[in-house]
Amino acid sequence: MAEHENIKQTANIGSRLLMGARERRLRLIGSRIGHTVLIAIASSSLVALLFIFYFIIRDAVPFFRAEGFREFFLSTGWYPSRENPEFGALAIFLGSALVTLGAVAFSVPVGVMASLCLSDILPFSIRQVVKPVIEMLAAIPSVVYGFFALIVFAPALQQKGGSILAAGAMIVLVPLAAIAVIVAGDLICNYIAKKNDRAVRAAVTAGLALSAVFILYRIYGVIDGLRIESGTNALNASVILGIMALPTIVSVSEDALNSAGRELREGSYALGATRAETLVKVVMPAAKSGIVAAVILGVMRAIGETMVVWMASGNAARIPSPWFNLLEPVRTLTATIAGDMGEADHVTGSARYHVLFAMAASLLAIAFISNLISEIMVRKSRKGA
Amino acid sequence: MRSFIKFTAIIAALAMWAALMPGVAAAGETIVIDGSTTVGPIAKAMAEYYMSLHNDVNITVSESGSGNGAKSIVNGTCDIADMSRFMKPSEFSAAVEKGRMPVAHVVAVDGIAMIVHPSNPVKGLTVEQVRGIYTGSINNWKEIGGPDVAIVRITRDTNSGTYETFESLVMNKEKIHDSAEYVGSNGAIRQRVQSTPAAIGYVGLGFVDRSVNALEIDGIVPDRNTVSSGKYPIARPLFMFTNGYPELGSHLHAFITLYLTPRGQEIIEEIGFIPVTNYQK
Repeated sequence: MAEHENIKQTANIGSRLLMGARERRLRLIGSRIGHTVLIAIASSSLVALLFIFYFIIRDAVPFFRAEGFREFFLSTGWYPSRENPEFGALAIFLGSALVTLGAVAFSVPVGVMASLCLSDILPFSIRQVVKPVIEMLAAIPSVVYGFFALIVFAPALQQKGGSILAAGAMIVLVPLAAIAVIVAGDLICNYIAKKNDRAVRAAVTAGLALSAVFILYRIYGVIDGLRIESGTNALNASVILGIMALPTIVSVSEDALNSAGRELREGSYALGATRAETLVKVVMPAAKSGIVAAVILGVMRAIGETMVVWMASGNAARIPSPWFNLLEPVRTLTATIAGDMGEADHVTGSARYHVLFAMAASLLAIAFISNLISEIMVRKSRKGA
Repeated sequence: MRSFIKFTAIIAALAMWAALMPGVAAAGETIVIDGSTTVGPIAKAMAEYYMSLHNDVNITVSESGSGNGAKSIVNGTCDIADMSRFMKPSEFSAAVEKGRMPVAHVVAVDGIAMIVHPSNPVKGLTVEQVRGIYTGSINNWKEIGGPDVAIVRITRDTNSGTYETFESLVMNKEKIHDSAEYVGSNGAIRQRVQSTPAAIGYVGLGFVDRSVNALEIDGIVPDRNTVSSGKYPIARPLFMFTNGYPELGSHLHAFITLYLTPRGQEIIEEIGFIPVTNYQK
């Protein structure tokens, strides 16, 4: 009797473990559906991208068909609202480039050095506080940055522009000059007196330091004398964009530096390298791909930003003279699209409407190419590492 | 299973609520206004006044520029389009093609004031001088009796009616110099001028306050009397456009004729524009 019960139970368990053909088919269909849904979700972003490309290019083509490429890329006359409109966007392309270059020149050195400082120099407890604070910069809406640029920074540049520029230049030049004086003093001493004579060394270094101070003072005087008539210019937009790009650059490159690993650093120290040598010759090359990715992300942030440049750059469609003069107002692609969209009537289907899509298509192309470059560079550096 | 039933019940309740919402909104009449940032303040003040009289009417006012106002009336997405310029022939024909008949109502008169920083010693210019500044033939304040500083020209974006009125009343078909800075609103021009000693800009008369200095043009101070009498050279009518003349007795009709009533004229004056019917004098 007991044995019989046992057999019955075993059979029960068996039928529960083994699936019938019907059940198996159901499960198979279920997993197929699951796969399809997941693939659809994963590819939806790709589909969105394709749609964006399609719709922008569809509306950009009529412009090039009607007006040709020549004027758009080679002329600087931007008068879209006149009876005989001119659609020369060269100055606007250069404006975008200038503002982005300015932002990069400001944010990349600061950002990379800040991330080095965070990952290798500051103690862990301070890092835990500083990094979130820097990342908080990314949470501020861009219109707030624009407001700051317009209400605070632009008037400040107009009133004390020279002094602000001079102070900025000194922050960069003084440490550079100090390093240069010390190194040059050493080199000269080694050249004239082969033996290590303290008095000679001190005299030479002091002389060099004095002349450096004099040169710096003259530079300060020249920059301090600059007058900025209009505070909404390429410099203003560059600095604010640089600040906006900082959190991206710092946080991504800090992650890259951190993931270079403790073993690498310890190995370097064990071989007798100093901290500076470890940082420059071991850690940074190891994190190169991450740093490049960080810089490209920062550039993309700067080139695509609209609100800040619309409020801070002055929007004059004109090539500054000389072309690198950051103190003159410039107009960017993004600000032009935002500012001219309202009047550009697609009901009447004008070239004025399609030219904005031509600009959007150019921006897309720029974004696409720089992403491609960053991808290639990252792959290359991975192969090298 | 129980949670599933709960979930379904909540969804059903939400769906019913959502289905009922338009019905609730339709109980009151809605007037949608869009367009010029210059006319916008008039529409807003009048909407506030009108809604305080009629609880069942809901008026929304957006300010997106005269061009967008025209676009909205052409596309039928608004009831009233605020415009600081007349409709262009292209906009008008686009509306007619869509079976809409824009009707213009001149609600007020506006003078465009040329404004400079209070510290600027220049007190007056001629229209030709203003044009010279904006075409780039006058580049330094010393050429017109000011200090030796380069002029910072500030203009509205091409999207604004103020820009188009300035272009037609002052520029006389000449190009604005490419060094001119473009900003997005009357308030932004005033802000830039009050913080920039070398700047010149133009705003609607309603935006002039003590923080900036309004220039005499051809020797005439821009104020209520000179603008309404037509003496001041840079002045323009302000429009509201409706699709066809609004039906008598409708809320839309009562609202669009508000500018003719004494209270409507008070409102227009309070904001700093000049009423079309000068009832006081």
